[in-house]
Amino acid sequence: MRAFAYERPTSLADALALLATGGDGALGSDARPLAGGTDLIIRIRDGSIRPASVVDVKGIAEFSRDIRVEDGWLRIGARTTMTDLVRDDRVQRDYAALAEAASYVGSVQIRNRATLAGNICNASPAADTVPALLVYGAQVVTVGQGGRRTIPLDDVFVRSGVTTLLPGELLEAVELPLPGGPRGSVHARRTRRRGHDLASVTLACSIGLDGVTRIAYGSVGPRPLLVVDETGVLSDRATSPAAKAARLDELFVAAAPSPTSMRASPEYRLAMLRVLGLRAVAASHERLRA
Amino acid sequence: MTTGATTRIELTVNGRARSTDVLAHHTLLEVLRDDLGLTGTKECCLVGECGACTVLVDGVSVDSCLMLGVEAEGLSITTVEGLATGDRLDPLQSAFLETGAAQCGFCIPGQLVSARALLEAVPHPSRAEIEEGLAGNLCRCAGYEQIIEAVALAAERGEGGDVRRAATPDVHVASTPDAQVAPQ
Repeated sequence: MRAFAYERPTSLADALALLATGGDGALGSDARPLAGGTDLIIRIRDGSIRPASVVDVKGIAEFSRDIRVEDGWLRIGARTTMTDLVRDDRVQRDYAALAEAASYVGSVQIRNRATLAGNICNASPAADTVPALLVYGAQVVTVGQGGRRTIPLDDVFVRSGVTTLLPGELLEAVELPLPGGPRGSVHARRTRRRGHDLASVTLACSIGLDGVTRIAYGSVGPRPLLVVDETGVLSDRATSPAAKAARLDELFVAAAPSPTSMRASPEYRLAMLRVLGLRAVAASHERLRA
Repeated sequence: MTTGATTRIELTVNGRARSTDVLAHHTLLEVLRDDLGLTGTKECCLVGECGACTVLVDGVSVDSCLMLGVEAEGLSITTVEGLATGDRLDPLQSAFLETGAAQCGFCIPGQLVSARALLEAVPHPSRAEIEEGLAGNLCRCAGYEQIIEAVALAAERGEGGDVRRAATPDVHVASTPDAQVAPQ
């Protein structure tokens, strides 16, 4: 692996200064934050990025590894891993699709290191936790030398690997609104092999008693997408599967899978998107009734 | 810190305090194999997919190819060499021998370490839990049946053993197959 400098700042101010200067005093954004490293180390090794320095955010005192309720939001700290999410009782109970999505990420070894914040910042279209976060209305708190910003998660993604975070800005926490009432939610995924492979389609669905259905899906275009159905077609259990499928096709109109991906053909992905959409709607109904 | 400079790290490896100079861009895998001479941990895919490099870090299983050596400062590492006690094999190692779980053997150190993490968290795993616990470890010989059998045998004997661990072992177990949305 190409050489780089390693920094482990213990304060946020030091971390931001290192990220602003590129670590060695050289101007530029060639300092990369390191959390779990499960994406970063691979990309450095394959040469797709060549940072002059790596700034380990795990030593930053202000960055937490916890999940707690604060001012009406469930706040998930930057250092929280996938394993932490899967094990959290409140996440399992109130944000079932997120717990499931986190449990699908990589393998045990990967989940023990990979962070939720890293999954967002990496901005993979196939990021498994992102659809669940989108249906729950997540926002992120970022911090940079210009101060803190709160950004709706849907406004973070541009395309694969590109976000609206500014150079040198760090993701400090992910926040989820506390559930406003009963809802049924679920995560569904199609992949070639459990334990390693990225999703061919990854999708989350949430249906509330208010008749609103929120579905977010990824791995079928340059960024994950959120769609909302307020017609009641999906939230009404009595609607026929054919009518639901037709409504899903309308909602999924922006899906544009890559024709060059190894993992699955566009035709297969679009077919599976509809299948997973129907299953997720059905499972959300089951959970709402339970 | 400057590029190319070494950093002295202090860590515990298989219960023994170690001190070594590491390069920032060297992975924990390289530090274990090249600097500390512990070649039981294998280098294979280098992208966190095969699990051959699995070690326990403070009792938690990780792919050592995706962790920097400098990140191990102050931490406790258990490699496959640390599973046996003296000349007494870990119960999992005995079970792997008895069931013929090791074919070419290359993936076995990683399989053993993952299996150890699994049994620490779930002493009596179901078959689905074993499969999920070892999903991050590939066997190119496709000896999965014997490996699963070995883990089940060690669990059945109730010989959880006592690995040197500094924290609660970390393993998540879920059996929901992909593309199925099973109601809770």
